[in-house]
Amino acid sequence: MRFDRNARRRWMNWIMSALALLCVVVALVPLGSIIYTAVTFGGHVLSFSFLTSGYPLACSPTPSQPTCPVGGIGPAIEGTGVLLALSSLFSVPPGILAGVYLSEFGRGRLGRSVSFFTDVMTGSPSIVVGIFVYTLFFLFFGPRGVFSALSGAVALAILMIPIVTRTTEEALRLVPNSVREAAYALGIPRYRAVLHVVLSAARGAILTGVVLAVMRAGGEAAPLLLTALGNPFGFQGLTQPSASLPPIIFNFGTSAYSNQVAVAWGAALVLIIIMLCISLTVRFALRSKLS
Amino acid sequence: MSVGPSAAGPDPPDAPPSEPANPFRLIFRHRVRILDFLFRNSTLFFAVGILAILGTFVLVLVEGSKEPILRYGLNFVAGSTWSPNQAIFGALPFIFGTVMTSALALVFAVPLSLGIAIFLSELAPKWIAEPLGYIVELLAAVPSVVFGLWGLAVLVPFMRDTVDPPLRSVNAAASHAIHYPIPLFAGSVIGQDVFTASVILAIMIIPTISAISREALRAVPAAQREAALSLGATSWEATRISVLNYARVGIVGAIILGLGRAVGETMAVTMTIGNSDSIPNSLFGQGQTIASLIANEFFNDTPGSLYVSAIIEAALVLLIITLVINIGARLLVWRLVKGAGGPVE
Repeated sequence: MRFDRNARRRWMNWIMSALALLCVVVALVPLGSIIYTAVTFGGHVLSFSFLTSGYPLACSPTPSQPTCPVGGIGPAIEGTGVLLALSSLFSVPPGILAGVYLSEFGRGRLGRSVSFFTDVMTGSPSIVVGIFVYTLFFLFFGPRGVFSALSGAVALAILMIPIVTRTTEEALRLVPNSVREAAYALGIPRYRAVLHVVLSAARGAILTGVVLAVMRAGGEAAPLLLTALGNPFGFQGLTQPSASLPPIIFNFGTSAYSNQVAVAWGAALVLIIIMLCISLTVRFALRSKLS
Repeated sequence: MSVGPSAAGPDPPDAPPSEPANPFRLIFRHRVRILDFLFRNSTLFFAVGILAILGTFVLVLVEGSKEPILRYGLNFVAGSTWSPNQAIFGALPFIFGTVMTSALALVFAVPLSLGIAIFLSELAPKWIAEPLGYIVELLAAVPSVVFGLWGLAVLVPFMRDTVDPPLRSVNAAASHAIHYPIPLFAGSVIGQDVFTASVILAIMIIPTISAISREALRAVPAAQREAALSLGATSWEATRISVLNYARVGIVGAIILGLGRAVGETMAVTMTIGNSDSIPNSLFGQGQTIASLIANEFFNDTPGSLYVSAIIEAALVLLIITLVINIGARLLVWRLVKGAGGPVE
């Protein structure tokens, strides 16, 4: 009798472990399928010229022209590069300074509430951020000023700031107090202690946060559809609409022309490769940092 | 360079007044103080700036949707007809679509995510848990629009051909046997529907819920497990009895954060939900979430028109929903993540 009950409990333990493992496997199926599909549908268009040449025109195969030119995603790569550089410029310095305040100065009610609402802001939908920036630019510059590289970069920066701020705060909190005290003991003024000693002790973790923020912004399509809009010529100045990678995947992916869909898959594959590489690098960098 | 003490400004309070003032020293001290002051306040400026952005968010969206707010009042969120041609704007179908897809996504994602979190943090040996954990988190690195593209190419046909027909026959059998069709599985199947959108949302929020649940489980003191194990519990029993119970607040927070992500998700939903402005009458019906409404219809009219303002008001509704969800979730998770680390100074 007693033996039976224990055997049942051991079975239960085994079954629950197996079920839990099954959950992991089930979650990995979509990831595997996404990568597999992207490689099968997008792998064949991938080449160096795919990254540099212009968008494909809409074209359906005819008897006289059985294959359509595939073209590439050059404009989108150019636009995404510019947009990410601009949005990093707008978001990284303010984000780090705000993080410094939260960790070094903001001990009271204000600091705590800023920290809290920064977390809340991380959860605000990107499409709402897009519509916010759209409306803001519409109110200030009128209908002509809305769709521009500038508004796209501002939208991405708003998505990035909370991430940079919170990771900076967390990173600075991990710097031992003795480091600060050692700096003060040398008679270094406080701002220099923070700028030169504390920030540089935490620079690896802060860099990780910046990379995570760039990654989040780099994958966003929704806010850019409402702000940077798209531009077949890539980047043509701050006040002109700008191309970027994620919206192209949406536009071409829902197109009726097979050559454009192929380009969408190629672009998706490029984006997946970049994202997974960054993600893995950050993981391993962070792990060696912590251990 | 003979600068008298008076030219350097008033003495700092901590300088002993009897000592003859060294002008260079005085300037240096003031400079340090001024720079310290400037530095501190510029960091404060940016920290408060974040709060200001969040505040401006609400203000700008209210300003942008002034006209429909004044014109329709509460009918905007209560009306079920969205007919821009007749200037009737009731956003209920989209609120309904948002709630329905997110709730359904939670139904699929929560058991899976909890299973993942329990396996990775309690049951699996460490050498297996760590790499598996990385791989699950990679799912979070896939951009939303790529999920949408994959949904169109793989998930929509899969649901249409493999998952939906058996569910429909369940419905047919039920209506045959008890003369009451199950309304959830009624209607024709085209694959781009509320059901498919919910499944894709579920996949997208699994990494969020499982990662934060793992944090919650990790925060459970080891003594809690050891007590149960020392009484002879198996690892599953220890998890069920002492760990899950201890971590339940954090897990609820994780689920609500996942809900917040599902509610605001745009691209993948837009590409799979079928995009119809009416309330879907079954899981196989086409619908629209607030987010997909914005992505689909924003360019249907000129900027500044009533139609576009109504869409901005829908965005305001979405913002309020996500703010409420996120504030609730963060309040639950906050103590857990934040409470452990003491103040630095």
